[in-house]
Amino acid sequence: MSFIPGQPVTAVVQRIEIMKLRHGDNLILGFSIGGGIDQDPGQNPFSEDKTDKGIYVTRITPGGPAHDAGLRMGDKIMQVNGWDMTVVTHDKARKRLTKKDEDVVRLLVTRKSLEQAVKQSMGGCPQTVT
Amino acid sequence: MDNESQYSGYSYKSSHSRSSRKHRDRRDRHRSKSRDGSSRGDKSVTIQTPGEPLLDAESTRGEERDDNWGETTTVVTGTSEHSISNEDLTRVTKDLEESTPLECKRFVGPALGGCLSFFALVTPLAFLILPQVLWRDALEPCGTPCEGLYVSLAFKLLVLLISSWALFLRPPRATLPRFFVFRCLLMVLVFLFVASYWLFYGVRVLEPRERDYRGIVEYAASLVDALLFIQYLALVLLEVRHLQPAFCLKVVRSTDGASRFYNVGHLSVQRAAVWVLDRYYNDFPVYNPALLNLPKSILSKKMTGFKVYSLDESTTNNSSGQSRAMIAAAARRRDNSHNEFYYEEAEMDRRVRKRKARLVVAVEEAFTHIKRLHEEEVASSPKHPREVMDPREAAQAIFAPMARAMQKYLRTTRQQAFHSMESILTHLQFCITHNMTPKAFLERYLSPGPTMQYQQQNDRGRQWTLVSEEPVTSALRQGLVFSMRRLDFSLVVTVTPLPFLRLGEEFIDPKSHKFVMRLQSETSV
Repeated sequence: MSFIPGQPVTAVVQRIEIMKLRHGDNLILGFSIGGGIDQDPGQNPFSEDKTDKGIYVTRITPGGPAHDAGLRMGDKIMQVNGWDMTVVTHDKARKRLTKKDEDVVRLLVTRKSLEQAVKQSMGGCPQTVT
Repeated sequence: MDNESQYSGYSYKSSHSRSSRKHRDRRDRHRSKSRDGSSRGDKSVTIQTPGEPLLDAESTRGEERDDNWGETTTVVTGTSEHSISNEDLTRVTKDLEESTPLECKRFVGPALGGCLSFFALVTPLAFLILPQVLWRDALEPCGTPCEGLYVSLAFKLLVLLISSWALFLRPPRATLPRFFVFRCLLMVLVFLFVASYWLFYGVRVLEPRERDYRGIVEYAASLVDALLFIQYLALVLLEVRHLQPAFCLKVVRSTDGASRFYNVGHLSVQRAAVWVLDRYYNDFPVYNPALLNLPKSILSKKMTGFKVYSLDESTTNNSSGQSRAMIAAAARRRDNSHNEFYYEEAEMDRRVRKRKARLVVAVEEAFTHIKRLHEEEVASSPKHPREVMDPREAAQAIFAPMARAMQKYLRTTRQQAFHSMESILTHLQFCITHNMTPKAFLERYLSPGPTMQYQQQNDRGRQWTLVSEEPVTSALRQGLVFSMRRLDFSLVVTVTPLPFLRLGEEFIDPKSHKFVMRLQSETSV
C-alpha cells in the first residue's frame, strides 16, 4: 500500500469473493468494518499510516462466510463490487456491503503480507489496483 | 537662547566606591581648561572639556576619554580590609577639595522662560492700563461690551497663569548638552509675537493717542487668545507628542550586559537619553564592579598557554606566518579552562546558597527575640518587668547574632561595598518599626536592587555623558546608536522602530462553537 497525495493509489490486492449467508431476515457476511473518511484515523490499530482513512476489517466471525472466503482481520478493503472504498464514509461503506439485492460481494483487499509475498517471489504477477 | 550647559568637568577614579562617587559628580568651570590626564596617588583622573557646546562633536571627546581611561583602570577583584580604608581615605580627600557651591547653571533656562512668560502675561494688562494712565480724558467711554471683554480677559489670563504654573514651572530634572529645540522655538515664537504686538501698539495706539478704547481692549483680548493658542502648541510639542510610542530602544549596559527594552515616542536623541536614564535608575540592577571578572586562576592559565619566539629578524613575513600558525596550533590544543570555569561557578553557587541559608536562619531567629509591645500590656505584666526599647535600641539588640552571618553573606556575593553596618542597622530599625517579617528585611540583601535604592539624597546630580555620532538634537530614527557614558561603564542604546500593525477582523458567531466526539465506530456486516 502506498499513498502519495496527488498520485494514483497503488497496492497489491487480493480478490475475495464472499457469498452472503441468510440469517433470518438479513444477509450477513460475518465481519466488522471500521474506518471511513468521517472517522478518526488515529484510532485504527491495523493501519500503518495513521492518517489512512480507509475501510479496515476489524473483526471476523470465525466460521462465517468471510472467514471461509479468505478475509483476514486487518485487511483494508479497496473495492466492493467495483465501487471504490478508499474514500468513503463509514455509513456508505456499510451500505455498499449490505445491499439487499446482492448475494455475492467481490472485494479487493490488501494487506501487508501480500506485498511482502510479492517481493519475495519476484516471478509472480501482482494485480495492481489504481 | 536656551543655552543649557553641557557637561564640563568630569572627574572619576577607578576605585569603585559607590558612596564617594556622589562627590565626584561636579561640573567645575572654575578649574583650568587644560586636559589633565595625570594620575595622582589615589588614582583619580580629571578631564576637563571646553565650555562651548556647539564646537566639537561628542564622539571625538569620547574617544579621547577612552584612551585615558584605559590606562588608569584598576580592577577590584577580591575583598580585603585594605580596600575599605582606601575608600575612606579618598572620600575624605574628596570632601576637602570639593567645596564648590551648587551649580546654578541648571536654572538659567527656566529662569529665562519665566521672565518671558511674565512679560507675556503682563503685556495685555499694560495695553489696557497705559491709555488710562496717559490720556484718560480723551478716551471714549465704552460700556457693556468692554466689561464683557474685561471679564473674559481676566479669566483667560487666569487660565494662562494656572496652566503655565502647572505645566512649565517645574524644577528641571536634567540639563541637556544642546538646545532643547522645541522649547527654544516656542520661546522665540512667544517673544516675536509679543514684540510684534508691542510694535503695533506703539505705532497705532501710543503715538496717535488712539481714542477708541474698545478697540484697544479688543486688541488686548486678541493677544491673550493668541497666547492661549501658543500655549496649546507648547503643550502638544513638549508634553504630548512624545507620549505615543513609536520606537523601541534597547539599552545594554556595557560591563555586564544587563539589558532592557523600552518604548518611546518621537524624541530627539538627548531627550531620549534623559528618558532612558530616568528608567535606568529604577530598572537596572545596580552596577557591581566586583562581579565582573573571571577568577584570575582561570584567565592566567589561558594566557600562559604558549609563547611565540621569533628568532629570524630579517624575514618578517615568514615570522608572522609562523606566529599565525603557532597561534592556530595553540588554539586547537585542548583547552580546559571552560571546565575550571564551570566548576568554579558551581562551587560559587554552592557557597552562596550555604551562606544564604545561614543568614536566613540567623535573621529568623533574631527576629523571634523581640516583639511589639501593645499599650494594654504595659500595665498587665507587673511581675515580668521587661525593658522597653525604642526601635533603634531594639535593632541594636538583635543585630549582634545576625551580624556575622550577614557579613559573610555580603562578602560572598561581593555586596559589602554597598551596605555599611550603619545602613544595615538603619534598615533593621525601619523593618522593626513597620512590622516586617525577616523575609521582608532580607529582600534588600538577597537580590541586587535597582540603582535608586543605593543613592544618597543630594542635589548635586549625576554626571552622564552622551556619546553619539549624530547631532544630539536630531530625532530618533531606525538604526541610530548612541551611548551614555558614565565613569566606568556605559549604556549603549539602539533604536528600532516599532512594527506597523495591520489589524484585521474576524467575526465569530457565538452559535458556531460546536463540537463532536471523534468517531471510531465499528459496524458488523
